[in-house]
Amino acid sequence: MERWYASTSCSAIIAGAREGLVAANPSAAKGRQDSVPRAGCTGPAYTETAMPTSIAALLLYAISLVLYLWLLYTNRPWVGVSATTLLAGGLLVHYFSLMERARALDSVPYQDLSGSLSLFAWLLALTYLGLEMFHRQRSVGAFVVPVVFVLALFSTVFTPHQPPAPPEAHSTVFALHVTLNVLAYSAFAIAFVLSVIFLLQNRMLRDRAPGRTFWRFPALELLERMSRSSVAVGLLALSVGIVLGLIVSRDVRGRFWSNDPKELISVLILLGYTAYLWLSRTTRWRGARASWLCVINFVVVLFSLTIVNLYLSEFHRYF
Amino acid sequence: MDRAVRILVMGINHRTAPVELRERVAFDPEQARRAAAELTRSAHVGQPLLREAAVLSTCNRSELYAVPDHNAAETIPALRDYFAAFHRLPLAVLEPSLYVYQDAGAVRHLFRVAAGLDSMLLGEAEILGQVREAYQRAFANGTTGPVLNRMFQGALEAGRRVRSQTALGAGPMSVALAAVKLAEQIFGRLRERTALIVGAGTVGEQLVEHLRNRKIQHLLVANRSWERASGLAARFHGEAVRWEELSRVWARPDIVVTSLAVQEPWLTRAELEKAMAARGNRPLFVIDLGVPRNVEAAAGTLYNVYLYNLDSLAEIVEQNRRARQQEIPRAEQIVEEHVARFEAWWAAAEMVELLRTLRHQGTVPDAAALEQRLERMHELSPQERRDLRRTAEELLALARLEPEAQLRQVPALRERVRRLDLVRDLFGITKGTV
Repeated sequence: MERWYASTSCSAIIAGAREGLVAANPSAAKGRQDSVPRAGCTGPAYTETAMPTSIAALLLYAISLVLYLWLLYTNRPWVGVSATTLLAGGLLVHYFSLMERARALDSVPYQDLSGSLSLFAWLLALTYLGLEMFHRQRSVGAFVVPVVFVLALFSTVFTPHQPPAPPEAHSTVFALHVTLNVLAYSAFAIAFVLSVIFLLQNRMLRDRAPGRTFWRFPALELLERMSRSSVAVGLLALSVGIVLGLIVSRDVRGRFWSNDPKELISVLILLGYTAYLWLSRTTRWRGARASWLCVINFVVVLFSLTIVNLYLSEFHRYF
Repeated sequence: MDRAVRILVMGINHRTAPVELRERVAFDPEQARRAAAELTRSAHVGQPLLREAAVLSTCNRSELYAVPDHNAAETIPALRDYFAAFHRLPLAVLEPSLYVYQDAGAVRHLFRVAAGLDSMLLGEAEILGQVREAYQRAFANGTTGPVLNRMFQGALEAGRRVRSQTALGAGPMSVALAAVKLAEQIFGRLRERTALIVGAGTVGEQLVEHLRNRKIQHLLVANRSWERASGLAARFHGEAVRWEELSRVWARPDIVVTSLAVQEPWLTRAELEKAMAARGNRPLFVIDLGVPRNVEAAAGTLYNVYLYNLDSLAEIVEQNRRARQQEIPRAEQIVEEHVARFEAWWAAAEMVELLRTLRHQGTVPDAAALEQRLERMHELSPQERRDLRRTAEELLALARLEPEAQLRQVPALRERVRRLDLVRDLFGITKGTV
């Protein structure tokens, strides 16, 4: 299970941390002995077993999630404040966990599925926290934080079994490409959650049966606006990210475009969200129909992140 | 022996008295000040009747909170007479509606009032502010003392906690407010919105009031007769629209409120369909307050139309009422917590006072006897007399030590209060002074 990755720059701090990790985990030490000797590594190697920091972050997210759900049922202010505080704490710990990986790998810390999910979770939580601070609306948290938690959980449980990242993964363009794309996906995830809330809220309003928690959600118009701006940010990030991806492709494979399923579906996502932005302001689509489109678009994103990454794409196994 | 009454509340509320009677015994701020002052000043019946007094008067209740002076037993009838006389009412008219709560009962009553548990509209928000004002007025007037200060502060605290920690005040409780809240759930803030008001009734006018409080940008007013439309428009500070021109303004309103007395719905699905086309399917909130209905039911299925009638709004209000009722146990629990806190403070304050009295009683008379005895002992030097005096005082203090320690050790509040009374009886300490 444990796989040791070559580390080209192993700072003393990380080395110390790693020794501690090995000491605390005999099976990790065994794995270390079994691993193939690595070329070019002068310091101790880096393990990809779940790190204490990522488990701590996961725990904080979990408690925060429970509090956000509880907040929907009670209206106690301290519950909301605690939920936000714990989420922020989780973000901070998660950040250190990502940095630890990044330093050890000398690359973006998400060149595998586990890492990319972890970064996805982190950016999603960050985007949500920004949204919450900006709109002073905690009710959406009960819908976003579960997604954050599940992503963080998967990234912790599924320790990777992919080979170490290729050399091109250490370039800045590559790092930017991945970061921007994951940022785009987290913005789309937020838009998805907002659209789901819109649809639920709209259903209750149309059925003339608002429940007890109904009054704590943002207004329909605000949900629509937030969803649109979230998609706009996502589209911008995705466009730049795709262009950077093409540059990476040229550097690595010598050609911009390879007709890879990942490339095709990314363009499809780009088109889908552009259509949403445009249609959500037209007579025929504004309101619930546009929200459905947003939901469907995100299903495509999920398809791209899972099935396409794992089974279809030739060179997008890692993110 | 009965325990002396130390706090009492006397008053009437919406449960015990009809509105006509409540109106007659209401205190305006000036009257509230005057009544509290008269009762605590010695001008009344020679000796002050009350040590502390505060009047709480709202449209649903008139209550007098009091800490009686020495003669507690006579206080209640005297206070009853005063209450009736103050409002120039025969006691026979007032008495059946009058309630009196004493001590912990009085404290609990005030705390429940502040929490909105005793309100006509369960959990309403205004009462907390009214309690605060009543207290501030009495405090500024100097008619409150340590007991009422502590009691009112406790009540405000309990009220605030119930508001923030329970849903007792959640969810609109009137049809008009429910409609406006729904509008806010659709549009968010109403500042940049336009409403079309067709016809006017009581609920409709309340609704307009709520809309204006939320600074709605435009109010269009239409009616079958132009005179009525322009009259209402002037009253609502809106813009009158001619009935014939209604179809031309459909692109403007986001909210439509209709309460026309008609036999057939005047707003049909076909008409609304045209309206929605004119407004590019931007959401439209239609509030039908008419009985019989003003809007064809089928119109509610149109895309982005939110149609509510009187029944659906009333249903929401009813749901909220039930939801509030579910919160009663939690609110009561908070109130009990605060009542217990007050009682603990109260018992502690009483004990301090009692021990001080005991010490005083134990020294002063005995000291006089001791002095006489010392006078007769001519052979003693002044130094020896001083020593003897001090020894006697120390012996007395020693004798008090055990009972004092015993009193302080009793953890249970009720037991402590009981023993305080026992000590009072044993040492013949007058009730009411402590």
